[in-house]
Amino acid sequence: MSNDNLSDQEAVSGQVSDQRKAMGTWMVRLATLGYALLVLLQTLTATGVIEFGFSSWLPAFLGFGVWGVFLCWGNILRLDEQGWRALFVLPAILLTVAMVIFPTFFGLYIAFSDWNLSSATGQHFNGLANFYQLLADERFWNALSNMIFYVATVIVQYAIAFGLALLLNSEIRGQKFFRVAFLLPFMLSPVAVSWMIGKSMLEFRFGPVTNLLRSLGWENPSLLTTPWLAKSTLAAMDAWVWIPFMMILLLAGLQAMSKEVQEAAKVDGASGWQGFWHVTYPLMLQVSMTTVILRIIFQLKLADIVINTTSGGPGGATDTVSSFIFREYKDRSNVGYGTMVAEVYLVLIIIFVSLLLKLSNRIMQRQGA
Amino acid sequence: MSSNVKKVLIYAALALWTVIALFPIFWTFSTTFKVAKDVQTGQIIPWLQFTPNWLGLRAIGLSPDTLFTDSTPREEFIKRFWNSIQASLGGAGLALVVGSMAAYGLSRFQYKWMIWRNKDISFFFLSQLILPPVVLAMPFLVLYKELALLDSMFGLILIYALMVLPIVIWIMRDQFDNIPNELEQAALVDGCSSWGAFLKIILPIALPGMVAAFILAVILCWNEYFFAALLTSTHAKTLPVMVASQTGSQGISWWSMAAVSSAAILPLIVIGIFLERFIVKGLTAGAVK
Repeated sequence: MSNDNLSDQEAVSGQVSDQRKAMGTWMVRLATLGYALLVLLQTLTATGVIEFGFSSWLPAFLGFGVWGVFLCWGNILRLDEQGWRALFVLPAILLTVAMVIFPTFFGLYIAFSDWNLSSATGQHFNGLANFYQLLADERFWNALSNMIFYVATVIVQYAIAFGLALLLNSEIRGQKFFRVAFLLPFMLSPVAVSWMIGKSMLEFRFGPVTNLLRSLGWENPSLLTTPWLAKSTLAAMDAWVWIPFMMILLLAGLQAMSKEVQEAAKVDGASGWQGFWHVTYPLMLQVSMTTVILRIIFQLKLADIVINTTSGGPGGATDTVSSFIFREYKDRSNVGYGTMVAEVYLVLIIIFVSLLLKLSNRIMQRQGA
Repeated sequence: MSSNVKKVLIYAALALWTVIALFPIFWTFSTTFKVAKDVQTGQIIPWLQFTPNWLGLRAIGLSPDTLFTDSTPREEFIKRFWNSIQASLGGAGLALVVGSMAAYGLSRFQYKWMIWRNKDISFFFLSQLILPPVVLAMPFLVLYKELALLDSMFGLILIYALMVLPIVIWIMRDQFDNIPNELEQAALVDGCSSWGAFLKIILPIALPGMVAAFILAVILCWNEYFFAALLTSTHAKTLPVMVASQTGSQGISWWSMAAVSSAAILPLIVIGIFLERFIVKGLTAGAVK
């Protein structure tokens, strides 16, 4: 439909009168000028050059919204139908620019400065000092290596989720009940999970899980105090929350697969296991890939459970990059260094996810060929 | 292997995972009704192993004997609960409106702005999925301080809307792509504008998808902890932050901890049981073709 529409648009915009066009153009220009003046005024006030501006930057922020309204309106006057069409995406773009793109770049300004929010001295630039500090900071590298472990556990979660999806997809009674029951952990607040499972059920003296482990013959189940065990325990809690997510996606993939293919596999005399590896699994590759990549993307944000269960302990064994930065701020109010770590982490994530997408594309192509 | 043995194994596995999935939820609810002694001796089954007590609910002023009296803990709890409702409905609602519009535009029209085309704009939105909250948290702390938005509901709603916006666009894009555009073509011929066609014809058809996107967004906002912990304090603090700050000076009072936790998870469990269909729809939209 695209070509038709483009020619339609030209025909439609040709009907806009010159007067209306000029009005729209001037509306955008005046709004931009007005907003620039507002920002200038506020900058002068904030730097102490003049004194009659607003007490906070809030008007400048809201002004951006007003400017956005005039931009959309001016576009409609100027371009008519095309302006109306732009109105569909412009609000989302403006919101994202104001709330994501601007703060991310503003973060760079913070990252290159020594800035302690609780001290009175305020911000001053210190160049690459934060970056050098990061390179030498063992706690950061430790957190990063923990992230590799946490991301690797996604494969285990995937295997379990696939198993559960296969179970749910087999001919069973009460499928709806099991599906809801299996989904519920995904709905729960990670903070509540941290406290009621991490701190209560895994409590060393009386938690039901530690009691169970003791009765199974494990004399000293120090789940959250032995470093490697604490890391595995947190990975298990995280898996408990997120397995339903993967299970639902994989189950949808299984259900979308035509029954005929599976029947054909059975008729060919393939046993259940062979049928799975040679028929079901290759067909599920696309869905599996999407599921695992989505899950890894979410896993890279892992924070809440770690912050609330162990605060990164014992000795940083369970720290994730996010929880490390969280504590860095909470303990020291040091936004400069925290932001530098966050921005470096973002760059690492972007590289990692890009490579991951490339790799998955290559695997899919090979599968197709 | 005979098919009967196979059946038994399948049901055994299902039962095992049901216990794994549901026991922690049962534990949370039941601990609300335990006194210190019951917690410390690890009692599990109510009435049989311990006598249910109103201790937990009394701690948030919701037990039968405190329900009709003035109670400061209850006021505090209701305030946090109400904050959570506002933040999650507000954030999800704003994201749904803005996101649906963007998704519809990207699904139906060809945009070109400098070198940017539809593919690039879609990528621009979706790429934000990989942005960890921690990257935005510090700049927001500084910016919100300057904007006087720290500890305000408005600020929190804006952040939450932004956090779920990529997911809403992802889901709704898939929904609109699945609606044949002959429907609007007919409406346009009848003299309907593009917005008229969107509002009157497409939105009603896409409603189930919008409900799915909305519910998923509400769940994510309701459970959000990271931003709330950093950006709110006395006024706009939400339920998860209240849960996390339940430690008293004399150790943890498990019953009140469990009561607040129960309150934090109960609404979502109700949603999960009754609206499971929509959650599954939302999760699988776009990911599974």
